[in-house]
Amino acid sequence: MPIAKVDGVEVEFEAGMNVLQVCELAGKEIPRFCYHERLSIAGNCRMCLVEVKPGPPKPQASCALPAAEGQEIFTDTPMVKKARHGVMEFLLINHPLDCPICDQGGECDLQDQAMGYGRDDSRYALNKRAVEEKHMGPLIKTVMTRCIQCTRCVRFITEVAGVPDIGLISRGEDVEITTYLDKAVASELSANVIDLCPVGALTSKPYAFNARPWELKKTESVDVMDALGSAIRVDARGPAVLRVLPRINEAVNEEWISDKTRYAVDGLGRQRLDRPYVRENGKLKPATWAEALDVVAARIKATSPDRIGVIAGDLQDAESMKAALDLFGGLGVKSLDCRQDGMVLGDGQRESWLFNSSIQGIEDADFVLLVGSNPRLEAPVLNARLRKRWLAGALQVGVIGPQADLTYSYTHLGDGASALAGLAKSKSDFVTGLKAAKKPAIIVGAGALTRADSAAVLAAAAGVAKTFGMTWNVLHTAASRVGGLDLGFVPGEGGKTAGELVAKGGADLLVLLGADEIDLKQTDAFVVYLGTHGDAGAHRADVILPGAAYTEKNGLYVNTEGRVQMGFRAVFPKGEAREDWAILRALSERVGAKLPYDSLDELRGKLFAEHPSFGRIGYVAETPAAVDFAALGRKGDLSDTPLWSAVANFYLTNPIARASVTMAECAQTASGAAKIAAE
Amino acid sequence: MAGILADKDRIFLNLYGQHDWTLEGAKSRGAWNGTKDIVAQTPEWICDQIKASGLRGRGGAGFATGLKWTFMPKQESERPHYLLVNADESEPGACKDREILRNDPHLLIEGCLIACRAMRSHQAYIYIRGEYVHERERLTAAIKQAYDAKLIGKGNIHGWDCDVGIQHGGGAYVCGDETALMESFEGKKGQPRLKPPFPAGAGIYGCPTTVNNVETISVVGTILRRGAEWFAGFGTEKSTGTKLFAGSGHLNKPCVVEDAVGISVKQLIEDHFGGVRGGWSNLKAVIPGGISVRMIPADQCDEAIMTYEDLAARGSGLGTGTMIVFDKDADLVKAIARASYFYKHESCGQCTPCREGTGWMWRVMERMATGEAEMSEIDMLLDVASQVEGHTICGLGDAAAWPIQGLFRHFRHEVEERITNYRARRGSYAGASIAAE
Repeated sequence: MPIAKVDGVEVEFEAGMNVLQVCELAGKEIPRFCYHERLSIAGNCRMCLVEVKPGPPKPQASCALPAAEGQEIFTDTPMVKKARHGVMEFLLINHPLDCPICDQGGECDLQDQAMGYGRDDSRYALNKRAVEEKHMGPLIKTVMTRCIQCTRCVRFITEVAGVPDIGLISRGEDVEITTYLDKAVASELSANVIDLCPVGALTSKPYAFNARPWELKKTESVDVMDALGSAIRVDARGPAVLRVLPRINEAVNEEWISDKTRYAVDGLGRQRLDRPYVRENGKLKPATWAEALDVVAARIKATSPDRIGVIAGDLQDAESMKAALDLFGGLGVKSLDCRQDGMVLGDGQRESWLFNSSIQGIEDADFVLLVGSNPRLEAPVLNARLRKRWLAGALQVGVIGPQADLTYSYTHLGDGASALAGLAKSKSDFVTGLKAAKKPAIIVGAGALTRADSAAVLAAAAGVAKTFGMTWNVLHTAASRVGGLDLGFVPGEGGKTAGELVAKGGADLLVLLGADEIDLKQTDAFVVYLGTHGDAGAHRADVILPGAAYTEKNGLYVNTEGRVQMGFRAVFPKGEAREDWAILRALSERVGAKLPYDSLDELRGKLFAEHPSFGRIGYVAETPAAVDFAALGRKGDLSDTPLWSAVANFYLTNPIARASVTMAECAQTASGAAKIAAE
Repeated sequence: MAGILADKDRIFLNLYGQHDWTLEGAKSRGAWNGTKDIVAQTPEWICDQIKASGLRGRGGAGFATGLKWTFMPKQESERPHYLLVNADESEPGACKDREILRNDPHLLIEGCLIACRAMRSHQAYIYIRGEYVHERERLTAAIKQAYDAKLIGKGNIHGWDCDVGIQHGGGAYVCGDETALMESFEGKKGQPRLKPPFPAGAGIYGCPTTVNNVETISVVGTILRRGAEWFAGFGTEKSTGTKLFAGSGHLNKPCVVEDAVGISVKQLIEDHFGGVRGGWSNLKAVIPGGISVRMIPADQCDEAIMTYEDLAARGSGLGTGTMIVFDKDADLVKAIARASYFYKHESCGQCTPCREGTGWMWRVMERMATGEAEMSEIDMLLDVASQVEGHTICGLGDAAAWPIQGLFRHFRHEVEERITNYRARRGSYAGASIAAE
């Protein structure tokens, strides 16, 4: 490896690094505003100036200068100090210095670096420049006078998010960051620009003037809004979750999160079930825990196990599903299902329902075939990875299913699953390329696996994967799904599926663990709903047992690639609500089938012993076992009905998001409804 | 004979548009004569000849042209090589390329063919300034004449395929920077690129590109026809050849003229530009190379000669060789304040020091021009100028700082006097206003 000298200390570095990175290797912090590891290099803020020998006798922007063998880099010479002080002064002359009323205060790069490089007074006695506010949609609040024109937002939106909505207009001191004609930023990743903005120009609109960063309790956790399990930090003050920010997890979300992950949390404070309810004379009446649990226990005892059904929802943690499995399985109930949408996967090999390429590994793929999936809506962060690979010119994408704007170009091979059947014999350019591909992968969306002919679609997709040697990937949309399938939360011998259970006469007693995405209009069963929000399930329920949302409990979630991740409690459950597993534990005692654990740790102990895969937190198999394609699905007729994505409205996929005002606004903006109303 | 250059040694024989600008006229003046023999030589030979002639870039920076050409890849690959001619002449004071474009366009086209041969390129583009509409029309017509006569294009009579195209700019000064010019050429916003990568490695469309000034390319044909020694015979060791000089400002006869590099400032003004308004003793200062170089005061103008090294030693520069002359009636502070406004207006806004610094410097300069400033602001202004100079992506930041530095180096006393006078005048008013409160 080449060697350079930083302030007289020799540092070994990898070829291709820039001078700024080499300085960081040497432990020298280089101030910067425009430079960001995951964006292209702009070199425009001029804050990272260093002195480099050999080179011209003037300071150089370290972010834009490739490091070279034998270079001598100086980070604290008088010339460098003077240069940085000068740049900082320029940045501040037109900056409003309104830190006391700025939401970025306390976590502002400009504020921090002004401590190191700023003057104590201003030599600029003239009027400051003022810039009009811009409209960027319901999430991004703009105070453009604070903008230092680093263009990080422009680069993120064009490079990572893949939409051309933010740009820099005018020139000289009149340059302004703006959206096209005050259009809202049409990206599911748009709010990441708030984190990227080094000053308070782009701040969070829903969080405006809510709190100061130092007042917040920060809890590191995982996200449940999609099946990726993005790493997040939950910031709470007192009982309220005020915001969610991304954490860096190179294997999953790098450092981005979707707008839903970030902003659905205001739904945690609305429509909440904060006490048990029992339906009397057709109306839900508040009840005590004892009353509610007694009603449920009596119903369970009075109902034959083959007439009881349990359905787990999309946001459930693994522990509560395990407790339900232990309780109802112990009672002889066979009809348990974690697949509200009727997905055809679940019995057989674990790899058959996993995203085997792994989220990071998909960046090595050179050909990807999307079947019945719109990753931009189902997993925006994963879509950004696909786009990154495509931008590098190393990925070709084929789509069978919905023709949506994925932010990268693709070959559309057909609307319906029948396109799968003809693929092996096709002589099209795409198939010729696919045959020559080194690392092809197939991504099957939940939309393809939840249809009437899904068994046949699955068999056909598996056939294609086998023919072309593709890595088998299932892109789930439910955070609980892989965990549920790993636990075997599927109907046993003679058991009924979720769809059969909610049909008329399908069951006498239906226990819903946060299941809100299933049509309950037909069922005539006694419905017990254990969940967090007054959503579809609670409306139909005869007994409501208030549970804890994902920010209110410690829990394990398995993401679509099979990575087990641990979420942590940031705040306590609302009102009288309790953690889900504890409710089931209490119920078990009243039913007379007491569960053998008194704490979450004991529950986990049993879980890890019976399902070892859950014990490997954060782990994903590097070389997953080969998928037995022949065992997947059942050969049959493929219907011509177009494949659709499992996510129709990105902003409203789960009870938390549906309770969120912000998400409702986003949905309205995205559909154009807001605009029409305003006209 | 005016000046020091004999008529027989002039390259631009139709500088004033008195003769036929078309192909026929150009041929009668020697253009396209023996071009085939030149093109038949190896690229190395051409580069060596240009190196031997000592030709330096005429766009202002004065980089050795022959050397620049050798930076291009030595092998042709699937990435085409490009020659990009910078005809975005926008600097206040500079007006020399315009004369070539409209009166001697064939010299430029011929130069493009030869330079393309020297760089193994088959495509030259001429990026022409937005305001040069008439010049673009002339050049377009001239290129068509050359195509019709099979002098350029595929299968031309010279045996080296070379297409010449025109791109009309939008009229931004910053696009005269070679990397901003490339961005603008590609249809993007005219903001300079970071270097490295240098254009010879990755220029327009990511392909090897060399950007040359119009005058640089236009003299190539004649140099190779008459020999490198002939060209190197003019001027000094480091500044050779003949060059177009322009004079504007307080001159009796402002014009563009060709003369040998190394002519003295005084002779240039007296012989070619009809002398300073009111006589030589009425001279106050000269900005010798376009507004972006530092000025030299009258007392140095007696000895100063128009070479890169002499003017650099005086803290100025030859730049584009287009001088602005001030007589003793001129308000230098106001003039430089106007120049500062120009830079503030033309800054692309990409990088911090130039975006913020040019506006600051202009506003202070405006107040200096009226005297309505603090004495301490002079040093502050120079400090701000030094914070802009050398800290920017392109040269516009430097160019914005230099005129101000030049002014204060030689005429600081004038600004101080003005501030003192202003305060003296205001003194009574200030007292009156206090009394009134």
